[in-house]
Amino acid sequence: MTLTSPQFKYNARAALADAQLQRALSKGLGFVERRRLAAERLPEFESLRDAARDIKSHTLAHLDLYLEAYEARVTAAGGKLHYAVTAKEARTVVLDICRSASARTVTKGKTMIAEEIGLNDFFEQNGIQPVETDLGEYLIQIRHEMPSHIIAPAIHLNKDQVEADFRRVHTHLPKDRNLDEPATLLAEARGVLRERFLAADVGITGANFLVAETGTSIIVTNEGNGDLTQTLPKVHIVLASIEKLVPTLEDVSTLLRVLARSATGQDMSVYTTLSTGPRRPDDPDGPSEYHVVILDNGRSSMLGGEFADILRCIRCGACMNYCPVFNAVGGHAYGWVYPGPMGAVLTPALIGVDKGGHLPNASMFCGRCEEVCPVRIPLPRMMRAWREREFERHLTPAAVRGGLKFWAFFAKRPALYGLATALASRVLWLFGRGSGRFRRLPFAIGWTRHRDFPAPQGATFQAQWRRRRR
Amino acid sequence: MSARDLIFGSIRRSLGVSGKEATRRKTVADRLAQHPAGIVPARGQLSAKERLALFRTMVEAANGSVDEIADTGVVPSAIADFLRRHNLPMAVKRGADPRLAALPWEREGTLEVSVGPSDGKDLVAVSHAFGAVAESGTLMLVSGPDNPTTLNFLPDTHVVVIDGKDVAGDYESLWRRLRETFGDGAMPRTVNLITGPSRSADIEQTLILGAHGPRRLHVMVVGGSE
Repeated sequence: MTLTSPQFKYNARAALADAQLQRALSKGLGFVERRRLAAERLPEFESLRDAARDIKSHTLAHLDLYLEAYEARVTAAGGKLHYAVTAKEARTVVLDICRSASARTVTKGKTMIAEEIGLNDFFEQNGIQPVETDLGEYLIQIRHEMPSHIIAPAIHLNKDQVEADFRRVHTHLPKDRNLDEPATLLAEARGVLRERFLAADVGITGANFLVAETGTSIIVTNEGNGDLTQTLPKVHIVLASIEKLVPTLEDVSTLLRVLARSATGQDMSVYTTLSTGPRRPDDPDGPSEYHVVILDNGRSSMLGGEFADILRCIRCGACMNYCPVFNAVGGHAYGWVYPGPMGAVLTPALIGVDKGGHLPNASMFCGRCEEVCPVRIPLPRMMRAWREREFERHLTPAAVRGGLKFWAFFAKRPALYGLATALASRVLWLFGRGSGRFRRLPFAIGWTRHRDFPAPQGATFQAQWRRRRR
Repeated sequence: MSARDLIFGSIRRSLGVSGKEATRRKTVADRLAQHPAGIVPARGQLSAKERLALFRTMVEAANGSVDEIADTGVVPSAIADFLRRHNLPMAVKRGADPRLAALPWEREGTLEVSVGPSDGKDLVAVSHAFGAVAESGTLMLVSGPDNPTTLNFLPDTHVVVIDGKDVAGDYESLWRRLRETFGDGAMPRTVNLITGPSRSADIEQTLILGAHGPRRLHVMVVGGSE
């Protein structure tokens, strides 16, 4: 999959013009209302968010020690822990494990780390067939796309597109079958994937949490695909990044209490599975090998720095569900693995501000992302910090720099600024008083092409401020 | 340098620590040993009777169903009734769990009962839960010689038997029981927390039950809370 974050603006324009995508997005994200209701039902929700933030901050501040404790427990339970500094190292480690298991097919539960390291392409180049088992991930795999949302990877698709893809790919099934309903599409995917689950040599999952106290990895799913992925094959590989560590099971319960509510608005996802080591001597099922691959990929150098708070992220997706920009352009426009506000902060850190620098600009700073973040990550502040870095490194386009210079000229001369803005708002008021808004505005076509520009209503803010203080 | 050394080195450099600080080490060791509880919602802190009622409400809210049964002797006939009610074949697969083995299956002559892990061909599985959490209507099942994990996921219908006294208010009570049963810091290979039947909303956000796991989850609470 190619990285297209550097052309975010082009992507966003294409997304706004994409009728299929806009049809999918026009339904709105049902998660938003469900999250609100779930939060309302639990009086302790806001204090749980504080507690969740504190758990993650505490863990990150002691990450070396919790990682040591976790390592000792994994090993004691008969599991094998592998470390990978880079994406490339992680791919190699995973391939080596698969090769020593003589693996031909690998089933995968939903893992963002596998997307981050580009595992599927790498498997295919090396003669191993990866099979995504989360329905959304399966859909994007057969379409050769990236996920467009971290918990709903195929949110950009419409039912008729899924039907067309299933007819194209599942050629062994009768041509005249009825695929009109989401339920029949799901039943078909269930049937096709059931065979793949049973035939796979290796199962790969991500991890929502790694528990230092017990050496346990935890996945949270609604479909049960992650569980079949990690139970049926003889080898289970967990892919996780270093910031997934949490101290104890009690900490896990606090995080679980905010995770599903923030993500889908469920009190609890259907399956929360705690895995510790391989099959025990008398167990009737389960994998005989259990590996955990811990990826750094630049995260350790973010600790203690300006962007460390993003490492608290528990990948619920609430920030993108509530983001007006995400809701307008969808996740693919962001051009890499992590979209929305959390992606706008994490992506420049992982791939560089030269490539990911456009993403922090895709924000109106409305602050809704921070308002709903279960671990209270100050996303707008960090997006602003990336903008400053982008500016310092002269990566900002000339038109923007020019505009800022123009504005700074007036801003440094308060009297002139007051005069100019008073004049401008007067003129705009005159022309816009009919409807109170502009459908088109010269010099602001970029704005008015997709939304109206509200006409000023009377005096400027500064003038009103002066008047009311009197 | 190994990848491990590089990662630990980089973490410590960024945090400005050596990893040898006695206070940091003590903070971490204490937290792991004492595992202090966080905020436990008031929702599940109820009398035994109310707790069972909440558990039922929450399981049903998650699209599962609940039967309350007076004693273990009638579990097989309740299962047979459930199968008839849903037009399911009279055959179940169960684990070797002694609590299930001790049930009077022979009283249900028409019910075919086999024992062991699932190979994907069983339509109905019967498991015994380790515990449950009323707060969210969540079952806890643990793997082991008597409890195959495949039974929780492969069959279309999952029937879970639970002792009424094992229904706790919160997760914290079950973490405590896990530690008492398996020892501090030790865990069975798999602990499954299950809240309702499998589902997906990946196609146009339409919620459909029965994604890859069971389409139906039925809980039998035996013996109330006494």
